[in-house]
Amino acid sequence: MGFAPSDSTDLALKILVAGGFGVGKTTLVGAVSEIKPLRTEEQLTAAGTDVDDLGGVERKTTTTVAMDFGRITIREGLSVYLFGTPGQDRFWFLWDELAQGALGAVVLADTRRLTDCFPAVDFFEHRGIPFVVAVNRFEGSRSFQPADVSRALDLDTATPVVLCDARERASGKDVLISLVEHAGKVHAARVLAQTRS
Amino acid sequence: MAYPPREYLPGTPFGYPPPPERPVQWYDEDAGPMVRPYALTKGRTRPGQPFDLIALVVTDIPDPTGLPVGPEQIAILEICRGNALSVAEIAADLDLPLGVVRVLLGDLLDAEHIRVSRPVPPALLPHEHILQEVIHGLRAL
Repeated sequence: MGFAPSDSTDLALKILVAGGFGVGKTTLVGAVSEIKPLRTEEQLTAAGTDVDDLGGVERKTTTTVAMDFGRITIREGLSVYLFGTPGQDRFWFLWDELAQGALGAVVLADTRRLTDCFPAVDFFEHRGIPFVVAVNRFEGSRSFQPADVSRALDLDTATPVVLCDARERASGKDVLISLVEHAGKVHAARVLAQTRS
Repeated sequence: MAYPPREYLPGTPFGYPPPPERPVQWYDEDAGPMVRPYALTKGRTRPGQPFDLIALVVTDIPDPTGLPVGPEQIAILEICRGNALSVAEIAADLDLPLGVVRVLLGDLLDAEHIRVSRPVPPALLPHEHILQEVIHGLRAL
Protein backbone atom coordinates (compact mmCIF):
# COMPACT_ATOMS: atom_id res chain seq x y z
CA MET A 1 0.00 0.00 0.00
CA GLY A 2 1.02 3.59 0.06
CA PHE A 3 3.81 4.39 -2.28
CA ALA A 4 4.04 0.94 -3.77
CA PRO A 5 4.23 1.15 -7.54
CA SER A 6 0.78 2.04 -8.69
CA ASP A 7 -0.97 -0.09 -11.24
CA SER A 8 -1.61 3.06 -13.22
CA THR A 9 1.14 4.27 -15.49
CA ASP A 10 0.39 7.92 -14.91
CA LEU A 11 3.44 10.09 -15.38
CA ALA A 12 3.90 13.64 -14.22
CA LEU A 13 6.81 15.86 -15.20
CA LYS A 14 7.72 19.10 -13.50
CA ILE A 15 9.13 22.19 -15.16
CA LEU A 16 9.99 25.32 -13.21
CA VAL A 17 9.67 28.84 -14.50
CA ALA A 18 12.05 31.16 -12.67
CA GLY A 19 13.38 34.67 -13.05
CA GLY A 20 13.25 38.08 -11.42
CA PHE A 21 10.18 39.90 -10.23
CA GLY A 22 7.93 41.12 -13.04
CA VAL A 23 9.83 39.37 -15.80
CA GLY A 24 6.77 37.54 -17.11
CA LYS A 25 6.68 34.20 -15.28
CA THR A 26 2.94 34.32 -14.71
CA THR A 27 2.40 35.44 -18.29
CA LEU A 28 4.41 32.53 -19.66
CA VAL A 29 2.69 29.92 -17.51
CA GLY A 30 -0.69 31.39 -18.44
CA ALA A 31 0.12 31.46 -22.17
CA VAL A 32 0.74 27.72 -22.42
CA SER A 33 -1.48 26.24 -19.72
CA GLU A 34 -4.51 26.84 -17.62
CA ILE A 35 -3.10 28.70 -14.68
CA LYS A 36 -4.10 28.16 -11.09
CA PRO A 37 -2.86 29.95 -8.01
CA LEU A 38 -1.39 27.65 -5.39
CA ARG A 39 -1.07 28.64 -1.74
CA THR A 40 1.38 27.28 0.74
CA GLU A 41 1.64 28.13 4.39
CA GLU A 42 5.27 28.31 5.25
CA GLN A 43 6.89 28.60 8.59
CA LEU A 44 9.59 31.18 8.88
CA THR A 45 11.84 30.05 11.65
CA ALA A 46 15.08 31.94 11.08
CA ALA A 47 13.99 35.05 12.93
CA GLY A 48 13.40 35.33 16.62
CA THR A 49 16.21 33.20 18.01
CA ASP A 50 17.60 35.95 20.22
CA VAL A 51 14.37 37.19 21.67
CA ASP A 52 12.98 36.45 25.11
CA ASP A 53 12.65 32.89 26.19
CA LEU A 54 8.95 32.28 25.95
CA GLY A 55 9.15 29.19 28.10
CA GLY A 56 7.88 26.39 25.88
CA VAL A 57 5.74 28.59 23.71
CA GLU A 58 6.90 27.77 20.24
CA ARG A 59 7.65 30.84 18.25
CA LYS A 60 6.47 30.23 14.74
CA THR A 61 5.66 32.70 12.08
CA THR A 62 3.70 31.45 9.15
CA THR A 63 3.42 33.26 5.93
CA THR A 64 1.37 32.53 2.87
CA VAL A 65 3.27 32.15 -0.33
CA ALA A 66 1.39 32.14 -3.60
CA MET A 67 2.81 30.40 -6.63
CA ASP A 68 1.57 30.08 -10.16
CA PHE A 69 1.04 26.65 -11.42
CA GLY A 70 -0.34 25.17 -14.62
CA ARG A 71 -0.89 21.80 -16.21
CA ILE A 72 -0.42 20.71 -19.79
CA THR A 73 -1.98 17.37 -20.61
CA ILE A 74 0.11 15.64 -23.24
CA ARG A 75 -2.16 12.62 -23.33
CA GLU A 76 -4.12 10.64 -20.80
CA GLY A 77 -1.64 9.57 -18.15
CA LEU A 78 1.10 12.01 -19.16
CA SER A 79 1.07 15.58 -17.90
CA VAL A 80 3.56 18.38 -17.60
CA TYR A 81 3.24 20.64 -14.60
CA LEU A 82 4.63 24.16 -14.69
CA PHE A 83 5.52 25.96 -11.48
CA GLY A 84 6.37 29.62 -11.34
CA THR A 85 8.90 30.08 -8.55
CA PRO A 86 8.13 32.77 -6.00
CA GLY A 87 10.09 35.88 -6.92
CA GLN A 88 10.97 37.26 -3.52
CA ASP A 89 14.32 36.34 -2.03
CA ARG A 90 12.88 35.35 1.31
CA PHE A 91 11.17 32.37 -0.25
CA TRP A 92 14.35 30.72 -1.39
CA PHE A 93 13.72 27.75 0.86
CA LEU A 94 10.73 26.84 -1.29
CA TRP A 95 12.92 26.42 -4.33
CA ASP A 96 14.54 23.28 -3.01
CA GLU A 97 11.27 21.48 -2.82
CA LEU A 98 10.14 22.81 -6.16
CA ALA A 99 13.40 21.76 -7.79
CA GLN A 100 13.29 18.23 -6.45
CA GLY A 101 12.71 15.87 -9.33
CA ALA A 102 12.22 18.65 -11.84
CA LEU A 103 12.84 17.81 -15.46
CA GLY A 104 14.29 21.26 -15.95
CA ALA A 105 13.75 24.97 -15.67
CA VAL A 106 13.10 28.01 -17.78
CA VAL A 107 14.92 31.11 -16.53
CA LEU A 108 13.14 34.14 -17.89
CA ALA A 109 15.34 37.15 -18.42
CA ASP A 110 14.71 40.79 -19.18
CA THR A 111 17.72 42.40 -20.86
CA ARG A 112 16.98 45.70 -19.13
CA ARG A 113 17.51 43.99 -15.79
CA LEU A 114 19.66 41.01 -16.61
CA THR A 115 21.13 40.78 -13.11
CA ASP A 116 17.70 39.83 -11.77
CA CYS A 117 18.07 36.35 -13.17
CA PHE A 118 21.56 35.69 -11.75
CA PRO A 119 20.24 33.97 -8.58
CA ALA A 120 18.09 31.58 -10.62
CA VAL A 121 20.96 30.75 -12.98
CA ASP A 122 23.24 30.08 -10.00
CA PHE A 123 20.65 27.93 -8.31
CA PHE A 124 20.05 25.63 -11.27
CA GLU A 125 23.75 25.43 -12.16
CA HIS A 126 24.68 24.38 -8.63
CA ARG A 127 22.00 21.73 -8.48
CA GLY A 128 22.74 20.37 -11.91
CA ILE A 129 19.21 20.99 -13.14
CA PRO A 130 19.03 21.50 -16.91
CA PHE A 131 17.75 24.94 -17.82
CA VAL A 132 17.31 27.29 -20.73
CA VAL A 133 17.41 31.05 -20.55
CA ALA A 134 14.47 32.65 -22.33
CA VAL A 135 14.87 36.35 -23.03
CA ASN A 136 11.46 37.94 -22.85
CA ARG A 137 11.27 40.71 -25.40
CA PHE A 138 9.75 43.74 -23.81
CA GLU A 139 8.84 46.75 -25.84
CA GLY A 140 11.46 49.40 -25.50
CA SER A 141 14.23 46.96 -24.69
CA ARG A 142 17.20 46.79 -27.01
CA SER A 143 17.37 43.63 -29.00
CA PHE A 144 20.27 41.44 -28.03
CA GLN A 145 21.59 38.37 -29.71
CA PRO A 146 21.34 35.17 -27.68
CA ALA A 147 25.13 34.90 -27.78
CA ASP A 148 25.43 38.31 -26.08
CA VAL A 149 23.11 37.20 -23.29
CA SER A 150 24.94 33.90 -22.93
CA ARG A 151 28.24 35.76 -22.53
CA ALA A 152 26.77 38.30 -20.13
CA LEU A 153 25.42 35.51 -17.94
CA ASP A 154 28.63 33.50 -18.26
CA LEU A 155 26.63 30.43 -19.23
CA ASP A 156 27.96 27.05 -20.15
CA THR A 157 28.05 27.06 -23.95
CA ALA A 158 25.66 24.09 -24.02
CA THR A 159 22.95 26.01 -22.17
CA PRO A 160 20.46 27.28 -24.74
CA VAL A 161 19.44 30.93 -24.85
CA VAL A 162 16.23 31.63 -26.75
CA LEU A 163 14.30 34.78 -27.46
CA CYS A 164 10.62 34.73 -26.65
CA ASP A 165 7.46 36.70 -26.19
CA ALA A 166 5.93 35.31 -23.01
CA ARG A 167 2.48 36.53 -24.06
CA GLU A 168 2.45 34.33 -27.15
CA ARG A 169 1.39 30.73 -26.78
CA ALA A 170 3.46 29.62 -29.77
CA SER A 171 6.53 31.34 -28.37
CA GLY A 172 6.00 29.80 -24.93
CA LYS A 173 5.65 26.37 -26.50
CA ASP A 174 8.94 26.83 -28.34
CA VAL A 175 10.67 27.71 -25.07
CA LEU A 176 9.34 24.56 -23.41
CA ILE A 177 10.30 22.41 -26.39
CA SER A 178 13.86 23.74 -26.34
CA LEU A 179 14.01 22.95 -22.61
CA VAL A 180 12.76 19.38 -23.00
CA GLU A 181 15.22 18.79 -25.85
CA HIS A 182 18.06 20.22 -23.77
CA ALA A 183 17.08 18.18 -20.69
CA GLY A 184 17.07 15.04 -22.84
CA LYS A 185 20.61 15.77 -24.03
CA VAL A 186 21.87 16.52 -20.52
CA HIS A 187 20.35 13.32 -19.26
CA ALA A 188 21.74 11.21 -22.09
CA ALA A 189 25.21 12.63 -21.42
CA ARG A 190 24.93 11.75 -17.72
CA VAL A 191 23.84 8.20 -18.46
CA LEU A 192 26.79 7.83 -20.81
CA ALA A 193 29.21 9.20 -18.20
CA GLN A 194 27.87 6.75 -15.61
CA THR A 195 28.23 3.72 -17.81
CA ARG A 196 31.84 4.67 -18.60
CA SER A 197 32.89 5.17 -15.00
CA MET B 1 4.20 34.79 33.75
CA ALA B 2 2.18 36.68 36.33
CA TYR B 3 -0.70 38.87 35.27
CA PRO B 4 -1.49 41.99 37.29
CA PRO B 5 -4.60 41.60 39.43
CA ARG B 6 -7.61 42.50 37.37
CA GLU B 7 -8.72 45.43 39.47
CA TYR B 8 -5.46 47.23 38.69
CA LEU B 9 -6.28 47.41 34.97
CA PRO B 10 -7.61 50.76 33.82
CA GLY B 11 -11.27 51.24 32.97
CA THR B 12 -14.47 49.80 34.35
CA PRO B 13 -15.16 47.16 36.08
CA PHE B 14 -12.34 44.78 35.01
CA GLY B 15 -10.74 46.89 32.34
CA TYR B 16 -12.95 45.62 29.53
CA PRO B 17 -15.64 47.54 27.72
CA PRO B 18 -19.17 46.41 28.53
CA PRO B 19 -20.59 43.81 26.14
CA PRO B 20 -22.57 45.27 23.25
CA GLU B 21 -26.32 44.97 23.39
CA ARG B 22 -26.42 43.17 20.07
CA PRO B 23 -23.63 41.00 18.61
CA VAL B 24 -21.42 43.12 16.41
CA GLN B 25 -20.99 41.81 12.85
CA TRP B 26 -17.35 42.73 12.46
CA TYR B 27 -16.66 40.54 9.44
CA ASP B 28 -18.43 39.90 6.15
CA GLU B 29 -18.27 37.26 3.42
CA ASP B 30 -15.05 38.76 2.09
CA ALA B 31 -13.30 37.46 5.18
CA GLY B 32 -13.64 33.94 3.76
CA PRO B 33 -14.14 30.90 5.93
CA MET B 34 -13.59 31.79 9.56
CA VAL B 35 -11.64 28.64 10.28
CA ARG B 36 -7.89 28.76 10.57
CA PRO B 37 -6.34 26.44 7.97
CA TYR B 38 -4.65 24.03 10.33
CA ALA B 39 -7.83 23.61 12.37
CA LEU B 40 -8.87 21.30 9.54
CA THR B 41 -5.92 19.07 10.35
CA LYS B 42 -6.42 19.16 14.13
CA GLY B 43 -3.28 21.22 14.42
CA ARG B 44 -1.02 18.78 12.63
CA THR B 45 1.40 20.36 10.19
CA ARG B 46 3.32 17.32 8.94
CA PRO B 47 1.81 14.35 7.16
CA GLY B 48 3.02 10.86 8.04
CA GLN B 49 4.53 10.55 4.59
CA PRO B 50 5.98 13.21 2.37
CA PHE B 51 3.84 14.03 -0.62
CA ASP B 52 5.62 15.44 -3.62
CA LEU B 53 3.95 18.40 -5.28
CA ILE B 54 3.35 16.35 -8.40
CA ALA B 55 2.60 12.99 -6.77
CA LEU B 56 -0.63 11.81 -8.37
CA VAL B 57 -3.61 10.94 -6.22
CA VAL B 58 -6.50 8.77 -7.37
CA THR B 59 -9.38 6.97 -5.69
CA ASP B 60 -11.85 4.29 -6.73
CA ILE B 61 -14.36 5.01 -3.98
CA PRO B 62 -17.66 5.60 -5.78
CA ASP B 63 -19.41 7.54 -3.01
CA PRO B 64 -17.33 8.96 -0.16
CA THR B 65 -20.22 10.61 1.70
CA GLY B 66 -20.61 7.85 4.28
CA LEU B 67 -16.92 7.65 5.19
CA PRO B 68 -15.72 8.85 8.60
CA VAL B 69 -13.68 11.68 7.11
CA GLY B 70 -14.05 15.45 7.08
CA PRO B 71 -15.79 17.51 4.39
CA GLU B 72 -12.48 18.61 2.87
CA GLN B 73 -11.41 14.98 2.57
CA ILE B 74 -14.69 14.11 0.92
CA ALA B 75 -14.06 16.94 -1.52
CA ILE B 76 -10.61 15.46 -2.26
CA LEU B 77 -12.10 12.02 -2.86
CA GLU B 78 -14.70 13.49 -5.16
CA ILE B 79 -12.28 15.35 -7.41
CA CYS B 80 -9.83 12.43 -7.55
CA ARG B 81 -12.35 9.74 -8.37
CA GLY B 82 -11.02 7.87 -11.38
CA ASN B 83 -9.03 10.97 -12.30
CA ALA B 84 -5.46 11.25 -11.07
CA LEU B 85 -4.71 14.75 -9.80
CA SER B 86 -1.42 16.08 -8.51
CA VAL B 87 -1.10 17.22 -4.91
CA ALA B 88 -0.59 20.77 -6.19
CA GLU B 89 -3.79 20.65 -8.23
CA ILE B 90 -5.82 19.40 -5.29
CA ALA B 91 -4.56 22.28 -3.16
CA ALA B 92 -5.32 24.79 -5.91
CA ASP B 93 -8.76 23.36 -6.68
CA LEU B 94 -9.85 23.30 -3.05
CA ASP B 95 -8.13 26.63 -2.35
CA LEU B 96 -6.37 25.17 0.66
CA PRO B 97 -2.73 25.63 1.61
CA LEU B 98 -0.44 22.86 0.43
CA GLY B 99 0.58 21.91 3.98
CA VAL B 100 -3.03 21.37 5.00
CA VAL B 101 -3.75 19.25 1.94
CA ARG B 102 -0.73 17.07 2.64
CA VAL B 103 -1.94 16.26 6.14
CA LEU B 104 -5.45 15.50 4.87
CA LEU B 105 -3.99 13.23 2.18
CA GLY B 106 -1.89 11.46 4.80
CA ASP B 107 -5.06 10.47 6.64
CA LEU B 108 -6.71 9.27 3.44
CA LEU B 109 -3.65 7.23 2.53
CA ASP B 110 -3.45 5.66 6.01
CA ALA B 111 -7.11 4.67 5.69
CA GLU B 112 -6.37 3.27 2.21
CA HIS B 113 -8.94 5.52 0.61
CA ILE B 114 -6.51 6.78 -2.03
CA ARG B 115 -3.62 5.53 -4.11
CA VAL B 116 -0.61 7.74 -4.64
CA SER B 117 1.87 7.27 -7.44
CA ARG B 118 5.32 8.52 -6.78
CA PRO B 119 6.64 10.93 -9.37
CA VAL B 120 9.59 10.01 -11.53
CA PRO B 121 12.62 9.90 -9.23
CA PRO B 122 15.08 12.74 -9.85
CA ALA B 123 17.89 10.42 -10.85
CA LEU B 124 15.75 8.57 -13.38
CA LEU B 125 14.57 11.10 -15.86
CA PRO B 126 11.97 9.58 -18.11
CA HIS B 127 12.98 7.57 -21.10
CA GLU B 128 13.81 9.28 -24.30
CA HIS B 129 10.60 8.15 -25.94
CA ILE B 130 8.60 9.87 -23.19
CA LEU B 131 10.49 13.09 -23.78
CA GLN B 132 9.86 12.74 -27.51
CA GLU B 133 6.20 12.29 -26.74
CA VAL B 134 6.24 15.44 -24.63
CA ILE B 135 7.91 17.40 -27.43
CA HIS B 136 5.34 16.19 -29.96
CA GLY B 137 2.54 16.95 -27.53
CA LEU B 138 3.82 20.48 -26.96
CA ARG B 139 4.10 21.07 -30.71
CA ALA B 140 0.50 19.94 -31.13
CA LEU B 141 -0.84 22.26 -28.43
